Amino acid sequence: MNLSDGDMATIWLTLRLATTVTILLLILATPIAWWLARTNSWLKGLVSALVALPLVLPPTVLGFYLLLAMGPNGAIGQFTQALGLGTLPFTFWGLVVASMVYSMPFVVQPIQNAIEAIGNRPLEAAATLGAGPLDRFFTVVLPLAKPGFMTATILGFAHTVGEFGIVLMIGGSIAGETRVVSVQIYDHVEGLQYAQAHALSGVMIVFSFVVLLMLYTFQRKRKAVGMTYGR
Amino acid sequence: MVDKIECAKGIQAQFQLNYRQSAKTHFELDIDIDIPGQGITAIFGGSGSGKTSLLRCIAGLEQNATGSLMVNDELWQDTSVFVATHKRSLGYVFQEASLFEHLTAMGNLRYAIKRSAQTTNPELLTQVVSVMGIESILSQFPQQLSGGEKQRVAIARALLSQPKLLLMDEPLASLDTPRKLEILPYLERLRSSFNIPILYVSHAVDEIVRLADHLVIMEQGKVLAQGGITELFSRADLPLGVSNEVGAIVECKVVERDTQWHLMRVAFDGGELWLPNVANKDSNSQRIRVLASDVSLTLTSHTDSSILNVLSGQIAEIINDQDPAMSLVRLKVGKSYLLARLTQKSLQNLALTLGKSVWIQIKSAAIVR
Repeated sequence: MNLSDGDMATIWLTLRLATTVTILLLILATPIAWWLARTNSWLKGLVSALVALPLVLPPTVLGFYLLLAMGPNGAIGQFTQALGLGTLPFTFWGLVVASMVYSMPFVVQPIQNAIEAIGNRPLEAAATLGAGPLDRFFTVVLPLAKPGFMTATILGFAHTVGEFGIVLMIGGSIAGETRVVSVQIYDHVEGLQYAQAHALSGVMIVFSFVVLLMLYTFQRKRKAVGMTYGR
Repeated sequence: MVDKIECAKGIQAQFQLNYRQSAKTHFELDIDIDIPGQGITAIFGGSGSGKTSLLRCIAGLEQNATGSLMVNDELWQDTSVFVATHKRSLGYVFQEASLFEHLTAMGNLRYAIKRSAQTTNPELLTQVVSVMGIESILSQFPQQLSGGEKQRVAIARALLSQPKLLLMDEPLASLDTPRKLEILPYLERLRSSFNIPILYVSHAVDEIVRLADHLVIMEQGKVLAQGGITELFSRADLPLGVSNEVGAIVECKVVERDTQWHLMRVAFDGGELWLPNVANKDSNSQRIRVLASDVSLTLTSHTDSSILNVLSGQIAEIINDQDPAMSLVRLKVGKSYLLARLTQKSLQNLALTLGKSVWIQIKSAAIVR
């Protein structure tokens, strides 16, 4: 398996994109997940549905509307232009924004489930011991919801690495800017460069398998620990 | 006796809270209590009487509750003030231990120590750990502990935050009888070792007679009665336990120990009693429970009876029992009160009426503390 410099560049770009998206998503998704896990508001259903929308929509649909929104006449485009940032389509940061929308449910849902599973009691106990709201979040919620955060990180990262349709719509294929692995493979196949397509696809299969293996091994271990009740 | 002291400080709480989950489950809490700022106050009532809600209101865990709360001259809540739970100096022991599963027993204790308003000297930690008997399990995680051990760690954790008020919500309810008997002595030591006022929610009469000095009785979200434990337990009109559990509480002092017959003579405000001698720990004061079913009345003093304890008193109140054959009679003995459970027929035969002087025969009395 020999990867060309161009292939290597797409791999690095993909990793950079996935890392950026995962970090930003963890910051953005945690408050959303927290709110969804604890609220009784009628808005809960609406927000849940919006967050989950990328699960069922074809990426091209999502990509198409994001393209319009981020374009010079779209709402997001007007906003970024007003800030002097230009427009986002066909840039790395355009890909980041699109990927965040696309991978959102994979990060929100595991965190939400983990926070729901903790329940109110440990937080109440912490409050009676003198822990304020932030203190409770960092010393009770984070450690107890750790498996949820791990799952969210792994899924968010892997899902961003694996996307294709939305990248094609928003990013196109600009070397070093938006040409990620999945697009590069597409280009190779288009150019009938099957050997290169094989090499990159092989990398993707190994990567995806290892990630899923990690995820399931990790989840099994957690379950085993959780099973030891009483004495 | 704590209940006889007039406390200027104490805890004054007044709360209204409405729960409406659906049209069917509607619950309303409306209480006004004034309890001493020391000793153990039991909050007694059946399930659904609002005991836990009251405790949660005091802890500030019910944000929808309106009312006011003063704890030993500190304002925790009124119309314009709501001190957040984490800023109230309180300890809370939940029905289930509610330890942090990701921390060891010691980690749980440190969590409290770190957030306590006062600095914790190492002796306090040693004392709490030894009073609760948890020295050997400090390095274990909650999953590795039994229910009783978890609850002891939870009590230690609450104590180590050095609260000005300790709230305990049926800490024994989730445990089986052997575990209960395991923890009760620790709770008794709690009262003697740490000078913290405790609100102790329970529906178990036996726990209350052992632990409490003061009592609040709740029913359907309202306070039915509040007062000293000896006073309330000698009232005939309160639902303190099922009929065969009804009985008065008397605080006594040991005045003589008779080694020949293994008896001891105890004195109280209405006379003296002979009881089986117990080599009692440290104090000479005893709390005695006289069940109404162990008390019978005669009009003349018998000297030919096998019953050792005979007192004289007057009938203060007669109330019908749930059982149509029985009545509950409240007897004034000196400054104290006793209860007797008699058949309606005996009442009639002896022509017992209010104010009548009688001889009170006590078959047995249990030493509860």
